Amino acid sequence: MTEIVFYILGAAAVISGIACILQRNPVSAALWLVAAMFALAGIYVLLNAQFIGAIQVLVYAGAIMVLFLFVIMLLNLGRETSDIRRWPALMAGAAIAAGLAAPLLALRLYSPARLASEVSGSPVFGDPGAVLSQGAAAQGLAESQGVVGAIAGPLFQTYLVPFEVTSVLLLVAAVGAVVLAKRRL
Amino acid sequence: MTPELKGFIVLTVVKMLVVFTITLVGVALLTLLERKVSAWMQNRRGPNRVGYAGLLQPAADGLKNIIKEETLPDEANKILFMLAPLLSFVPALMLAAVIPFAAPLPVAFDFSLPVLGRFVHDGLVPMVVADLPVGFLFVLAISSLGVYGIALAGWSSNSKYSLLGGLRASAQMVSYEVPLGLSIIPVILLSGNVSFGAIITEQQTGLWYVLPLFFAFFLFFVSGFAETNRLPFDMPEAESELIAGYHTEYSAMKFSMFFIAEYANIVTVAAMTAALFFGGWDIPFTRWDQTPGLPQTLASGLFMFGKTMSFVFVVMWVRWTLPRFRYDQLMSLGWKFMLPLGLVYVMLIGSAVWLIENMLGVGSPVTRGFLLFGLNLGLGYLIFFIIDRGHVVRGSTARPEAVH
Amino acid sequence: MPRDYSAIIILGLFVIANGILMIGASHLLSATRRTATKIAPYESGMPVLGSARERFSVKFYLVAMLFIVFDIEAVFMIPWAAGFRQLEGMRGLLLIEMLVFVGILAIGYIYVWKRGALEWD
Repeated sequence: MTEIVFYILGAAAVISGIACILQRNPVSAALWLVAAMFALAGIYVLLNAQFIGAIQVLVYAGAIMVLFLFVIMLLNLGRETSDIRRWPALMAGAAIAAGLAAPLLALRLYSPARLASEVSGSPVFGDPGAVLSQGAAAQGLAESQGVVGAIAGPLFQTYLVPFEVTSVLLLVAAVGAVVLAKRRL
Repeated sequence: MTPELKGFIVLTVVKMLVVFTITLVGVALLTLLERKVSAWMQNRRGPNRVGYAGLLQPAADGLKNIIKEETLPDEANKILFMLAPLLSFVPALMLAAVIPFAAPLPVAFDFSLPVLGRFVHDGLVPMVVADLPVGFLFVLAISSLGVYGIALAGWSSNSKYSLLGGLRASAQMVSYEVPLGLSIIPVILLSGNVSFGAIITEQQTGLWYVLPLFFAFFLFFVSGFAETNRLPFDMPEAESELIAGYHTEYSAMKFSMFFIAEYANIVTVAAMTAALFFGGWDIPFTRWDQTPGLPQTLASGLFMFGKTMSFVFVVMWVRWTLPRFRYDQLMSLGWKFMLPLGLVYVMLIGSAVWLIENMLGVGSPVTRGFLLFGLNLGLGYLIFFIIDRGHVVRGSTARPEAVH
Repeated sequence: MPRDYSAIIILGLFVIANGILMIGASHLLSATRRTATKIAPYESGMPVLGSARERFSVKFYLVAMLFIVFDIEAVFMIPWAAGFRQLEGMRGLLLIEMLVFVGILAIGYIYVWKRGALEWD
C-alpha cells in the first residue's frame, strides 16, 4: 500500500517537474513547480517526516514560490515565447541532463548489501545497524512527544551551532534584499 | 482491506459529508446573515422578499449565479483564468477538516454489505474529519496557498484593476502571515503540541488560553482579518478604488467561488480562534463533557458552533465599525507593530514560563495561567498607556481641541 | 497515522470534484453572447488605455523576500516551543539559544527599518 502511494507521488513529482520545464508561459511553469513541491511533501509524510512535509508546503509552496511569482510579474515575463530555441542551447541542455542522470543510473549498480557495507565503512555514517536503531528510536519519540516535539531535542542540542548560524544566513538574506532593491537610497 | 480499515473509511466519509455540507450551507446562510447584520446596524430591514424574512435569498442568489452569463476577457490567459477560482476554493474548503467540532463519540458497528464485505468499528471516534498529528501546521500550510488563487486571478484577467487588486492582496496576505505564525508559538509553548486535540485537552484542565495569552489571541484575530481580506483590511477589493479588485473580470459561478472561499475562510478563522484560545468544544465550568457519550457530543458541538458564530458576528460587526486602512498604514501596522510585538511576546512568554515553572516551581496550570494573565495586563498597560500614550483607548472624543 | 492522511486525500478529491462540477454546471447552463465590449477589460466604461502587462514596483519583491526571512524564523520557533514544554531540564539553554537567534535577526530587522524598506510610499 505504502509502495503504491510512493509510486503515485513519485510519478506526480517527475511529471510536474518535466511539465515545469516544458511550459513556455513562466507563470504556468511556476505552478507546475508548486505541484512538484506538493508531491515532495507527500513523500516526506510517507517517510514519517510529517513536520518536514508541513514545512515543505508552508515554506516552499507558500512562501518561496510566491516570491517566484512576484519576480515573474515584476519582470513582466508574461510573454508566452522563449528565447532559447536554437540548436546549441538544446544540445547543451541535453548534455547537462545526461550528466545529471548518470549518477542516478549508477545507483542501479548498488545492491542493498553493497550499499550497507559501504555505508558502514564510511566515517560519517558508521554502522548501519546503529543508524537503523536510531530511526526506530526516533519513531518512538515521535509517538510519545508529538511530531514536532521529537525534532526539538536533536535540533537544539546536537545541531545547536548550525541552528544559530542559520540566523546569520537569514540576516544576510534580509540585508541583501534591501541593498539590492534600494540601491538608490 | 481489513474490515477495520473499511469501517474507518465509512466513518471518514460520513464525517466529511457532514462537515462539507455544514460548511457550504453555513456559507450560504452567512451571506444572508451578513446582509441582515449590516441592515440591523444601519437601521434597515435587509433582504426580506424571498421566502420568510428573506431566508431563501441565498438559494435565489445561488441559482442566479449559476445561470448568469460567463464572461471571458479577450486578452486573458484562458487556462489560468479558469484555474484561479479553483485555487481559491479548494484550500478554503479543505481547512475545516482538521478542526475538531465536538467531543469524541463512542461508536460501535459491525455489518456486512453484499459486494463490499464486512465493516467493523469499535471505540471513540474523534469528531474531526482528519485527526492529523501536524494539527494546525496543516491549516497554516494550506491557508498559505490561498494567495495563489488571488494573485493568479489578478494576473490572468489582464485588466489593470484586477492586477492591482491581486498584487495588493498577495502582498498583504504574505505580510500578515508572519504575525499569524508568531501568534501561534505561545500556544505551543503552553501546550507542547501542535495537534488540536492536545491543545483542547490542555485548555480543559487549565484555563482557556485567551487569559494567559491575550496578546497572542489579539495578534491571531487581527492577522485573521487581514488573511481573509475583510474590512478594515479589504484593500484588495476596495470598491471605491479598484471596482472589485482581483475579481473585477469574473462573473457567474467563478465569481461566486471566490465569495464562497472568502466566507469559508472567515468560518475557519473563527473556528481556529475558538479552538486555540477559547477551549474549542469545551463546555466551561463543568467536567461533564469529558466523559464520552452522545449527549456530550451534541452539547459540545453546540458550544463550538456558538463560539464560532460569535466570532463570525464580531467580524461582521467590525466591518460596520471601522473604516478601511490606507495601504501604507496597513503595511506599517503589520511590519512595524505586529511583527515586533509577536517576537517580543514569544520571548516574554518563554521567559515567564521558565521563571514560573522552573524557578518558582509552580506546577498547576491554573495558577500559571493567572500569573501569565497578570503579565498580559502589565504588557497591555505598557503598550496602550505608556508607548501609545493612550491614543487608541481614549479615542478621538477626549482630545482637548475637540472640546472647543 | 497514514490513515488520517487518507482522509485528507479523500476530502481533497471531493472538494476538487465539487469545484469542477460548479464551474461546469454554470458553463452548461449559461447563455454566452460575446460582444466586443463585453470581452474587453473593464475600465469603468472608458476606452481601454494601454496594456495591463506593466512592470511593478520593486517594493513587492522586497516584501516577499522579507516575508520568507521572517517566515523561516517563525518556522524555527515551532519545534523550539514544542521542545520548551517537553525538555524541562534544558529550558534555560533553549531560552538563551532562541534569544541569540532572535537577537541576530533583530539586527537585520532594525537595519531593514532604518533603510526605509518598511516604508510604503
